[in-house]
Parts: sequence; C-alpha cells; structure tokens
Amino acid sequence: MEYIFHILILLSIYGILALAQNLVMGGTGLLTIAGAAFYGIGAYVAAILATKFGWSIMAILLIAPIIAGLIAFLVGASFARFRDDYFMLATLGFLMIFNTVAKNWETFTNGSFGIAGIPKPYILGFTLDMPMTFVVLAIFILIIVVTVSYLISRSSFGRALNAIREDEDALQIFGYQTSRYKLMIFTIGAAFSALGGVLFASYITFVDPNLFTVNESILLWAMVILGGIGRNRGALIGALFLVIIPEILRFIGFPTEFAGLMRQCIYGLLLVLLMLYQPRGILGTYKL
Amino acid sequence: MKYILETKNLVKSFGGVHAVDHLSINIPEKMITGLVGPNGSGKTTLINMLSGFSPHNSGEIFFSDVERKKIMPWENQVYGITRTFQQVRLFDQMSVLDNILVILTERAPFYALFERHSGYHLKCAEDILKKIDLYEKRFHNAADLSYGQRKLLEIGRVLAMDANIILFDEPFAGLFPEVIKKIEKIVLNLKQEGKSVVLVEHNMAIIRKLCDHLIVMDAGKLLAEGHPEKVLSEKIVLEAYLGE
Repeated sequence: MEYIFHILILLSIYGILALAQNLVMGGTGLLTIAGAAFYGIGAYVAAILATKFGWSIMAILLIAPIIAGLIAFLVGASFARFRDDYFMLATLGFLMIFNTVAKNWETFTNGSFGIAGIPKPYILGFTLDMPMTFVVLAIFILIIVVTVSYLISRSSFGRALNAIREDEDALQIFGYQTSRYKLMIFTIGAAFSALGGVLFASYITFVDPNLFTVNESILLWAMVILGGIGRNRGALIGALFLVIIPEILRFIGFPTEFAGLMRQCIYGLLLVLLMLYQPRGILGTYKL
Repeated sequence: MKYILETKNLVKSFGGVHAVDHLSINIPEKMITGLVGPNGSGKTTLINMLSGFSPHNSGEIFFSDVERKKIMPWENQVYGITRTFQQVRLFDQMSVLDNILVILTERAPFYALFERHSGYHLKCAEDILKKIDLYEKRFHNAADLSYGQRKLLEIGRVLAMDANIILFDEPFAGLFPEVIKKIEKIVLNLKQEGKSVVLVEHNMAIIRKLCDHLIVMDAGKLLAEGHPEKVLSEKIVLEAYLGE
C-alpha cells in the first residue's frame, strides 16, 4: 500500500512537470530544455528556506513559484530574441548555469553533497510524513495545476499560443506582440515546475545537483512527446507511462547485476517503437 | 485624390541587390490599387515592408500623412492594416474556426487569459466563414483544406481584421474561375465599405476589371502609375511585359 502511494506521489510530481513542459513546448512550440532547471530551483528554494531559515513547506509552496517565475521572467526576456533551435540552446545554457551554481555555491547549496533533512509539510497540526498523507497534498497541487492548465489552453490566450506554435510571424501581422505571450507562458511554466520541485524536495527530503540535469529535462520531453504534444491530457498520460514503466520493469526480475541496464534498454526500445509507429504520441493530435 | 499610403525613396536591399530601389508611390484612399510587374520586381518585398514583415533600409513611409519610421508588425492592428501572403500562411494545426477567432479576440495577453470568446466573436467568425463558404468545414484543421479553400481562409482572416488598408498578395493565383469570381466580389465589397485595397496580381483581365489605379514596377523601380487603361497602353509598360 505504501508503495502505491509512493507511485501516486511520483505521478503527481511528474504530472505537474509534464503539464508545465507541455504548456511551453507543446502549446507554444518553445523547445525549452530549462524544465529541469526550474524544477531544481523549486527544490533548492524549498531545501534552503526550510533547512537554513526554518520556513514551513506550506509557505514555500507559495513563495517558490514566485521566485522561479521571477527568474524565468528575467531569463525569458533575454531569450525572447531567440527562436527554435537557438532558443533550445539558450535554455540548455541556462540549465548548465543552474547546475554549476548548485554545485559550486557551497554556502547555500552544500555543493555536490546536496542538502539533506528537508522537513515534511506541516499543516493544521498534522505532519504529512507518511506517503499516505503526503499523497493528498501532492494530488491537491496536481489538481490545481491541471485546472489552470486547462483554463489556459481553453482561453483566447491559449489559442494565441497555439497560433505562435503554428506561425509566429504571421500572427504578429495580425496585431499580436508574440514575445509577451511567450514570456508569460515561460514564466507560468517555470512557476508550475517549481511547485513540482518543492513537492519533490519535501517528499524525498534530500536534493543534490545531479537530480536536475539535462537527463531530467529530456525525460520531460519524452513525457510530452509520448503522451501527445499540445494536449494537457497527453502530458498526464506521458507522465503515467514513464513513471509506471520503470516500476513495472522492476518486477520482471532481471539478475541484479544488469537489472538497471536492462531497464534502460527496454525503456529505450519502447520509446523507439513509439517514435516509429505513433510519432505524434498516444493521443496524437499535433506535431511540432 | 487623397492618399492613404505614400512611400518616398524607399529602399530595401538584400546583400547589395536593391529589391526595392528608391521607390516613391502613392496609394489612393478608398480605391483598389493594382500592383503589377514581372517576377522579382519587388512587389512582395514592398508589401512586406508596408506590413512590418521586414524593415526598410532607407526612405520614408507615410500612413495617412503620418510618417512611420519603424513599422512593428503588431502595430498593424492599431493602424488598421492587414495583408495576405502569396504563400498561404495559415495556423495549420488549428481548426478553421480558431483561425478566424484568433484574429477577433483580445490581443493583450493578460486579458486574453481570462477570455475565451464571446458569443459576439463566435457569431462574427461564423458569418465570415459563411461568406467564404467554409462554414461546413469549421471544425476541420486548416491543414486539411484544399489549396483554394486555404486561399479563401486567408481572405477570411482579412475580413476578420476589419482593417482600413488591405494588402492582397496574389489572392487569385492558381484558383478555379468560380472561386476567382467569389474573391473578386469580396474585394469589390471591401471597396464599397470604404477600405483601401492594394492588389498584387499578374492577370491583366482581373486588373482591368477591379482596379481604379495601377502601379507598375520593374526591378524595384516605379515604371508607370495612373489609370489602368492608360498605364497598360504605355509603351514602356508593354516593353517590360512583352519585350521589344
């Protein structure tokens, strides 16, 4: 039972991250690799504020998205001049910078040792220290993110984002200052990712720089592409698959010496098969 | 004659080649102005500059006697300018209805976030789609339309913009005669509503039929300007089109 709740918590966290990634990448066509960076910023803000300044996780859940959003706003404003592949490289650069700072700013981040002992959330006299209780908070945050994501994609704003993905130059001719739209969704996506980061830090109670590398960003890409680009439901399905598949492979019972390797192989094979036979993802509506 | 759009010594060069070379033209108000010239004579480049798609290198552009030093594409809505593209540019993976709605709804991102589309927007969009015979296709993706329907949808977007100055870049190219008639009607209607239209077109029959004013360009320069019949009978124009 514990284990099921554990998986549900992971699902909620990755669901949040995949939704954020989908809004920016699937909905707007901005190929960002900075997903893991804002996830990491959320996690590190939680770790630092909670262990060094004694903030409660609930307060951090409110403040971390604002901090991440602010950083995304500043970074995004300078990225606005880049398009497509160049935007991708710029966000990759940002992820590298974040990683380097996390590794080297030892006074705050403890460098490669990471920060341990992050407290569990405490609310109305309860400490959510069991997966069974933590899952309630995780799902609650997921529901908020799902709701907002749906509101965004169904609004005029969401329609304009899709048009940016389709043909940004043509949309500008019709009176849209597209850079503002892109900056706004980049900021919102970062704020959502940070929520996932806070949940993760508080649940695992430990963060270190290696958790937030380009691998993590690519995992988010895989979730969005696998589920179906540009669809909120697709992002959730992608997260479901990519969280559950490794867990199922755990039960197949490979000899321990190459269990990990086999898992990676099967995981890779599944992705290749999907690319071959269902290149638009499981829901399959749009392509980039 | 009152002019809604003027250029003076307008220059656009691509790596040493003057695509538009010291061009000074006047576009009269509330009329259909034809813009003709051989391929590569700078017609599309001119439209790109007027709509803020690419900046001009030097010279001056006046909209209703007000000079605009730098034309930002998103200001088109404020100045009441819209255009179509020679190579149709639709929002392919969006429905036909959304292609129109996106032109009708709020432009400011923060307000757009709290708006879907009102019944008013929906009605406007549906009226436009009925006008261009795409109402039945409104839930199809724009990418699934035929070439002619795609051209019509671009014209639908122009109608949705409700602009004062409309720049059509070869709206008739490659179309079936019935569709050409329909678009001709739409263009004439726009004139009757008091819009100023610029029409890039190669078909002289259409030019003669629709235009009140004609501008002939060659190699980025102005060749002739004036009433269509008069301009088309000028020797210099005939030479450019038919050779010696």
